[in-house]
Amino acid sequence: MKIPLMRMREKLVVRVVSRFFIPFILLFGLYVQFHGDFGPGGGFQAGVIFTSGFVLYGLVFGLENLQRVVPWRVVESGASLGLLLYGCVGIASLFLNGNFLDYKVLDPHDAMHGLHLGILLIELGVGLTVSASMLAIFYAFAGRRTA
Amino acid sequence: MIEHLPALQTVVPMMAAPICVLLRQATLVRIFAIAVAWSCLAIALALLEEVLSHGTISYALGGWVAPLGIEYRVDVLNAYVLVIVATIGAVVIPFPLDGRELRIPRERYFLFYALFLLCLTGLLGITITGDLFNIFVFLEISSLSAYALIGLGKERGALTAAFSYLVMGTIGGTFILIGTGLIYQMTGTLNIVDLARRLPPVLESRTVWIAPAFLVVGTSIKLAAFPLHQWLPNAYTFAPSMVASFLSATATKVAYYVLVRVIFGIFGAAFFFETLGLSNLLLPLSLIAMLVGSIAAIQQTNIKRLLAYSSIAQIGYMTLGLSLANLNGLTGGLVHLFNHALMKGGLFLVVACALSRVASPDLEALRGLGRKMPLTMAAFVVGGLSLIGVPGTVGFVSKWFLVLGALDKGLYAVAFLILGSSLLAVVYVWRVVEIMYFRDSDAIVERDEAPLSMLVPTWILIGGTVYFGFNTALTAGVAHTAAQFLLSLGS
Repeated sequence: MKIPLMRMREKLVVRVVSRFFIPFILLFGLYVQFHGDFGPGGGFQAGVIFTSGFVLYGLVFGLENLQRVVPWRVVESGASLGLLLYGCVGIASLFLNGNFLDYKVLDPHDAMHGLHLGILLIELGVGLTVSASMLAIFYAFAGRRTA
Repeated sequence: MIEHLPALQTVVPMMAAPICVLLRQATLVRIFAIAVAWSCLAIALALLEEVLSHGTISYALGGWVAPLGIEYRVDVLNAYVLVIVATIGAVVIPFPLDGRELRIPRERYFLFYALFLLCLTGLLGITITGDLFNIFVFLEISSLSAYALIGLGKERGALTAAFSYLVMGTIGGTFILIGTGLIYQMTGTLNIVDLARRLPPVLESRTVWIAPAFLVVGTSIKLAAFPLHQWLPNAYTFAPSMVASFLSATATKVAYYVLVRVIFGIFGAAFFFETLGLSNLLLPLSLIAMLVGSIAAIQQTNIKRLLAYSSIAQIGYMTLGLSLANLNGLTGGLVHLFNHALMKGGLFLVVACALSRVASPDLEALRGLGRKMPLTMAAFVVGGLSLIGVPGTVGFVSKWFLVLGALDKGLYAVAFLILGSSLLAVVYVWRVVEIMYFRDSDAIVERDEAPLSMLVPTWILIGGTVYFGFNTALTAGVAHTAAQFLLSLGS
């Protein structure tokens, strides 16, 4: 028996299951992101997990739909904003009389809190840059974008 | 803010790269990138000034004191290399981008500047850091952006050139990482100053003996030292000329710095030159590089490839200075970092100027260009004289110290070969000059000079080769101090 070739989005099971899963993947990504300073995880892993939700969407519903959700320009800006956020935390500590990336000075009253805040912001920057870069890699391989 | 200058040296260009991507508009990004590159130069000069007057600067990143944290450590040697890299970056970046040489359209030029600034960040970072693993991290930043910059060349060959550089560069990077891992295993530290303290007691172990092999081979690939130079000719030939100018003047120089730092700063000269006998290998290879590079340059028909092979010969001079391992030789090697950066950076910019008027970098296409673009080609002649080492140019200063270094060691044959290699340089420079000025000399050519925005950066570098050829106090003076500092380490 010959099975007719179907496009991914025409397959009912794939469509329903991925629709069901995507919110959980994104949520898990956010969990790994914001729980990273207490447990295993952090910006890098979170960024990859978060993007895998988008990649799944792109695989099932097509690259055009995904690029309507996250255009190339957003990807570029996201990757740079993450790095910028990371650097700004470092520069903020310069202005508070600390060395570069010395987060302890971020909260003048409580060094531990400053440390926590610094790590959180930096990991957010890492997460943003990694998830945007992962998506950029996916776009580069999945589509033929004329430069 | 003054005490934060070491951090700002890398942070400023690193933060500027994403800002370029956000700004997007080509002219705006260009002005911004120029401002950033010049402020990097100002920081580098301030650091050199500070080091020369007050001695070594140490900066603890994140407030974590070395050896636990990452330390930025600026001494005479790396302050000098920082100035070289920042100067070239500042002079080359205003050079206008030429659509005929680039794969990307004007709307995406901001990516070029972002890559350029990242590459600058990486090169400055390798130089300024006092942490061996941090060197590897910055090496990756500079290399990855360099691969992309080379791949931006318009010709198809640019992609394969970038790819083979990527393969070689990754092998080099991995070797450096393995070497770093091996000595970390034996000492438990990555800080260079701390390593120099902790290595001598374990120096007899086999692990420590293998580490320098990996480190030296890894950096030699990045340096394009003979016989690990295969990636270089294609990379420089197919890269946009402005990129070739920047990379030839900075990337190999920084790799040389890492090699010097590993030899003198970590293991100590005595271990490398007496126990391992590095000179027995490095000296002949340097001599072969000088001769083979020059002979290969003579045979080229493409001016960019000619300059690339000449680079291999010039890198031979630098490693020769290192293998002599005495004050004059080392001074010659170090001063040649700056001098070669000026002349090769300048000569590739000359090619970029020429390519704004000529279709191809083939030598035949340059016929009669001496009368079509007199100012550009005069720059080539001056730069070429400097490559040869004519007195009054920087090339002479480097060779003078190298010959002195060879004579100090009683190596008369080496001194003779340095002069012999200069004669080969006469041949390949003359070939170009002959084609430009004397072919079809009766044909009438209309004058069509490159725009001023291209000529000014070119002549700054080429003018520098003459200025620093007469005024050696700054370059040779600092190189001499740096060489003294290196030889005093570990003794």
